[in-house]
Amino acid sequence: MTDARTQAAIETVIRLESARLIAGLAHYTGDLGLAEDLAQDAVVAALEQWPAEGVPRNPGAWLTTVAKRRAIDFFRRSTDLNRKYAELGRTLAAEGAAWTPDFDRAFSDDIDDDLLRLIFTACHPLLSVPSRVALTLRLLGGLTTAEIARAYLVPEPTIAQRIVRAKKALSAADVPFEVPAADQRAPRLASVLEVIYLIFNEGYSATAGDDWMRPALCAEAVRLGRVLAQLAPAEPEVHGLVALLEIQASRIPARTDAAGEPVLLLDQDRSRWDRLLISRGLTALQRARDLRGERGPYALQASIAACHARAFHPEETDWAEIVALYEVLAEVMPSPVVELNRAVAISMAYGPQAGLELVDQLTAEPSLRNYHLLPSVRGDLLRKLGRETEARAEFARAATLTNNERERQLSAERAGERTA
Amino acid sequence: MKFFGYTMGDPNAPVEPPSPEMYERMGAFMEEATKAGVLLATGGFAPLNEAVKIKYDAGEFTVLDGPFAEAKELIGGWALMETRDMTEAIEWVKRFLATAGHGESMIRQVYGP
Repeated sequence: MTDARTQAAIETVIRLESARLIAGLAHYTGDLGLAEDLAQDAVVAALEQWPAEGVPRNPGAWLTTVAKRRAIDFFRRSTDLNRKYAELGRTLAAEGAAWTPDFDRAFSDDIDDDLLRLIFTACHPLLSVPSRVALTLRLLGGLTTAEIARAYLVPEPTIAQRIVRAKKALSAADVPFEVPAADQRAPRLASVLEVIYLIFNEGYSATAGDDWMRPALCAEAVRLGRVLAQLAPAEPEVHGLVALLEIQASRIPARTDAAGEPVLLLDQDRSRWDRLLISRGLTALQRARDLRGERGPYALQASIAACHARAFHPEETDWAEIVALYEVLAEVMPSPVVELNRAVAISMAYGPQAGLELVDQLTAEPSLRNYHLLPSVRGDLLRKLGRETEARAEFARAATLTNNERERQLSAERAGERTA
Repeated sequence: MKFFGYTMGDPNAPVEPPSPEMYERMGAFMEEATKAGVLLATGGFAPLNEAVKIKYDAGEFTVLDGPFAEAKELIGGWALMETRDMTEAIEWVKRFLATAGHGESMIRQVYGP
């Protein structure tokens, strides 16, 4: 076995154990920042000892034990230094754990619940969205700050700072490490789902840069969704989100051509869609419906994605059903972007003129003023109606509005394209 | 990245049926891998001597029943995994083999459709 392979194996084991280790420590200490510091100490010890001694049979237990010892040392030292930790130490002592806390009990309690608490805490609404995303990728995904920075095309110190500030904010607000109570559960869950969805979207249609997709972010988001579906199986929208992500991920092989250029949905080679992911997505969607979650925003979007997934050829798409689903979506989640998508569906079901009428109403919408897909859709409909000059102007405008280089090129090409 | 892992062995060697404890341990391992979002699909194989081999050459089909002579074949179970890389897939197969007690597995990367 080569040294490089040993090193890679060690890093992988640590990443696989990371979320559970931090979750268990956060439950025990009640302090997420402290939990991550303790976990980091254990990781450093592993990186020092494992290359020589080999990866232990139960690496999770090894890391936990080391972190455990550090925690005990920390609480002992903290009695005089820090009132908050001293209090924590006293509370633990009062619980009968004295200065040798019973970690085995704390950890075997239910690690799944701890993971769920960790997800809810990392996605706490008091944090800014970029902070939630960074914290989730760091704590749940086990990604390093360098990896997160690379994925989001920002300098590493920016991500490191975001994570430090987020942990401070959680600590300053005394956010308890717990699954929110019933009356808070819906908004808190919405925040978690939003974070996972945003991570997926950042990978699926990168907002900036040369790469149209960053598949690693998509893969991580899908994995987080699958994990969450196991941890919170009774939540219909979790399954709705997983369904949406699985079905969207199924198209990844077909979304770019050999040269890396984007291929639009209706032009994709559907034989390259991943049937396994589609079937997993349809199963997740059925689970959401069985839980009476068919009107959830993610389940509705998944239902729309499922209409495309079920059509082996674009002309088999049930556009009337898609229009109907967008109508419900517009009711439960009113948004100009949903309206724009509904307009596209209407044009496919009932002709470009019907779609254009709705799009024209949207051009007055302030929130869509700089949204590149509006002129892109409008250009497409105008071209279908033979209004070529107007169409080109719209595509040219779309090209100026996107920050994504490949999308810009696509719009620029369409601006110059002649209809046959 | 997707990886297909499967166990290899001598299809003619006698295999002891798994004990209830083994079923339980393997069940717990499968649950762990599913909860980690890694396990996409899994299954087991019927014995190789129940397999059927189909050949097509020069417009002619030949359908052959087992047993077949291969010394080492794909036996037992398989799993389709989604992991970040081969190193992570190796780690999961190590955990599988440690749960099974002994054995030999192969991992092949699965290319997209």
